[in-house]
Amino acid sequence: MSNTNGLIGQSVKRVEDNRFITGKANYTDDIVLYNQTYAAFVRCPYAHAKIISTDVEAAKAMPGVVAIYTGADLIDVNGVPCGWQVNFKNGDTMREPKHPLLAAGKVRHSGEAVAMVIADTREQATDAAEGVNVQYEELPAVVSAAAAVKQGAPVLHEEAPDNRCFDWELGNPKVEVDQAMAGAAHITSLEFVNQRLIPNAMEPRSYIGSYEAASGKYTLYTSTQAPHLVRLLMCAYVLGIPEHKVRVVGPDVGGGFGSKCFHYTEEALVIWASKKIGRPIKWTAERHESFLLDAHGRDHITKAEMGFDKEGKILALRVKTYANLGAYLSTFSTCVPTYLHGTLMQGLYTTPKINVDVTAVFTNTTPVDAYRGAGRPEATYLLERLMDLAAHEMGRDPAELRFKNFIPPFDGINQPGYQTQVALQYDSGNYHGVLTKGLEMLGYADFRQKQKEAAKDGKLLGVGFSTYVEACGIAPSSVAGALGARAGLYEVGHVRVQPTGKVSVYTGSHSHGQGHETTFAQVVADKLGIPMEDVEVVHGDTESVAFGMGTYGSRSIAVGGSAIVLSIDKIVEKGKKIAAHKLEASADDIEFKQGKFTVKGTDKSLSFGDIALTAYVPHVYPKDLEPGLDFSSFYDPANFTYPFGCHIAVVEIDKETGKVRLTRFIAVDDVGNVINPMIVEGQIHGGVVQGIGQALLEGAEYDENGQLTNGSYMDYSMPRADDVPMFETASQVTPCPHNPLGVKGAGEAGTIGSTPAVVNAVIDALWSGGHQVKDILMPLTSERVWKAMQDPVS
Amino acid sequence: MQIHVKVNKVDHIHDVEPRVLLVHYLRDVLRYTGTHIGCETSVCGTCTVHVNNKPTKSCTMFAVQADGCEITTIEGLAVNGELHPLQKSFVEMHGLQCGFCTPGIIMTAADFLQRHRQPSEEDIRYALKGHLCRCTGYHNIIKSIQYAAGIMKEEVAV
Repeated sequence: MSNTNGLIGQSVKRVEDNRFITGKANYTDDIVLYNQTYAAFVRCPYAHAKIISTDVEAAKAMPGVVAIYTGADLIDVNGVPCGWQVNFKNGDTMREPKHPLLAAGKVRHSGEAVAMVIADTREQATDAAEGVNVQYEELPAVVSAAAAVKQGAPVLHEEAPDNRCFDWELGNPKVEVDQAMAGAAHITSLEFVNQRLIPNAMEPRSYIGSYEAASGKYTLYTSTQAPHLVRLLMCAYVLGIPEHKVRVVGPDVGGGFGSKCFHYTEEALVIWASKKIGRPIKWTAERHESFLLDAHGRDHITKAEMGFDKEGKILALRVKTYANLGAYLSTFSTCVPTYLHGTLMQGLYTTPKINVDVTAVFTNTTPVDAYRGAGRPEATYLLERLMDLAAHEMGRDPAELRFKNFIPPFDGINQPGYQTQVALQYDSGNYHGVLTKGLEMLGYADFRQKQKEAAKDGKLLGVGFSTYVEACGIAPSSVAGALGARAGLYEVGHVRVQPTGKVSVYTGSHSHGQGHETTFAQVVADKLGIPMEDVEVVHGDTESVAFGMGTYGSRSIAVGGSAIVLSIDKIVEKGKKIAAHKLEASADDIEFKQGKFTVKGTDKSLSFGDIALTAYVPHVYPKDLEPGLDFSSFYDPANFTYPFGCHIAVVEIDKETGKVRLTRFIAVDDVGNVINPMIVEGQIHGGVVQGIGQALLEGAEYDENGQLTNGSYMDYSMPRADDVPMFETASQVTPCPHNPLGVKGAGEAGTIGSTPAVVNAVIDALWSGGHQVKDILMPLTSERVWKAMQDPVS
Repeated sequence: MQIHVKVNKVDHIHDVEPRVLLVHYLRDVLRYTGTHIGCETSVCGTCTVHVNNKPTKSCTMFAVQADGCEITTIEGLAVNGELHPLQKSFVEMHGLQCGFCTPGIIMTAADFLQRHRQPSEEDIRYALKGHLCRCTGYHNIIKSIQYAAGIMKEEVAV
């Protein structure tokens, strides 16, 4: 893969770090524009209410107030769109109610904005927001997906009188699955909740909208993962502004985990209002607003059944999921429980019959969308919990049960990709390899011995397994489009060689902590045989980067990196023509290695820098060739990439209190070829802890009135440094056969793999102590674990 | 109200509203934007600065309370252009990803390492209890702080 100076595969230190460790980074809230105003929002305290009246007059007279807008001012403005249409299984169109920029008439979740107040200072805007008087008539609220589909449940939208957004199905016909299930020697069934999570990127969302009357141009600074996508959705679907009149800049972004790849109402509002008032407008969320308004994650209620023959081979899988989408459809919300969840039900196993049925519903809660893993953690949780539980129920070893059911290794070249029962075709995999490695690292036989001895001493030790496969970099666009995507899923890589031989790379991918400026520079420097210092990576600005789709779904290196490689190939090809002319040889006889264009079999060569200069000073130059060395490429992948791995958790449970202590965590991940192992490991560490957070600590809690009762860091428990151990990580490499770098995604793998490993470990510990527990509601708090020990038949 | 503070060794006198938070004063008035706001409630630690050499969450202190104080922010941690060992170690051990929580954690760790020259992993994890990081899983933050402790030990030995 590496063809020149060997930078690919090295743990190069991050080139972007200096600005972060010296306080010189530039996040959106750090930016101040001349004559800037501040926005604050009046937010509804009820989850479901009619707006009876809104009185803004007193507030308008308060000091510093510039303007106040309400839903009535935006009746003719579109709402923010949903980017994926998932239709009913009978062909009916998905219900897609308007998601207004400001609520008009009715409010459908607590925290929804009813007015936008703009003032000279942040404090004045906040004061005046408190001065807006809104009268509401509270309506009954519906909070859970299970309650929303019941007869007589409160209805959110006229367009969806039964609160259903869609009923969707994938896989083999139900009747075939039923038949296969009827022949099973054992059926393991599990009803569980994959609880709602709150993403909590450390940087709260922040936007600045400005309008320049002279040019008629708008600029949006936004803490986004996808500047071009925001521009596309905002211009084309919401405000009807031509795209060339809008510049979207995503400066340094303080984490996202999915929550910053959507187009939010506040983005469109600061742009819309900036023209009205003729001054820039900044809005930065306070943390309580992040809790209430950043799109949440997960929130599935599922019943799953897995049938086995008497040898332990899986015969069939049947899944019914109710997915809570919240009050409105966020950008990617509809594809999460369907094309990112149902399609993963094959797991790593040869299950011959699978049926997945998903009902997606509206409730009076914050919209739910993609959160690190997005659908794939839910699918993996389901499969891996079933596997460990089935092993307990059948008295089999959980590792042995997996080995028995794994899809045999396939590299996608000598062996074809694996066609699943649920639409996807896996590119390459070696599932036996990662589990074998994980068991070695664990010292499995020794652990089981230790566990037995501990049980004799009255101590509870447990080990939990999770072997996962996931799908990253949704593609190709034609397939995604056929499934309902309303945008393309390619990426753009533009490589501009400067006359001095220095290289500027413009990518539509946008780092929010992943280190693109390092990884992408490594790829380019390696491929061109030049020092990394000669490469700059530019991202996050629609003015300098021609187009792009952004960073989400672990797509940056596999899709964005590949686009850059396509452009490099074009540069090398053109460079060969220039070199051939200057060296008086045929272009076919020129080879490019170690940064030099050489006539094969001779010592005649020109450096990369010589060729760059010649391209821009084309005095001695091929007659039919354009000057310049500058190429842009759109890369639309042939398929998703399918990373996989094995995560193993070891826990101890305090029998007196039920407190779970995670003592070891082993992660063996195969993300294909690795450009920078240090950065990939960092992604795994962070992902694993987010998954552990779901298992042990996190969960949004709503009361029956639709109030989020733990909407602060004091109430919502996020993993801290002393909640987790050091991690034991290892990698295996099974290259992706269909992209030029052989890479797969790595950003979400940790989150997808870790949650079931931890829960399985707790269940295993309980079984070792004789408590035959099937399930404990996540997060596994001390109280819940303790109760499970008191009531073994839960 | 008029306040007189010394920030990163430079004296400042300003009139501020009594309700202005120290973090807003540092960010908006003095434009030291390396100190971030993550929760406004003292829980996440991103706003940590040193006030009279003590790590302090600047989101829950009024600027007027800092009158007469000496304050150091992440921008003032390097001495004569030489980065603090922690700043170097966070790069070396990949202790940051998005970088938003990093300045606060470095400020807490800088104080911690003054008082604990050979901290155990457990000591470090305990010292970071007042901070949240959503990116790194803490693994490489721990390693960064251990690495910095090593550099500082060598410096003392020299």
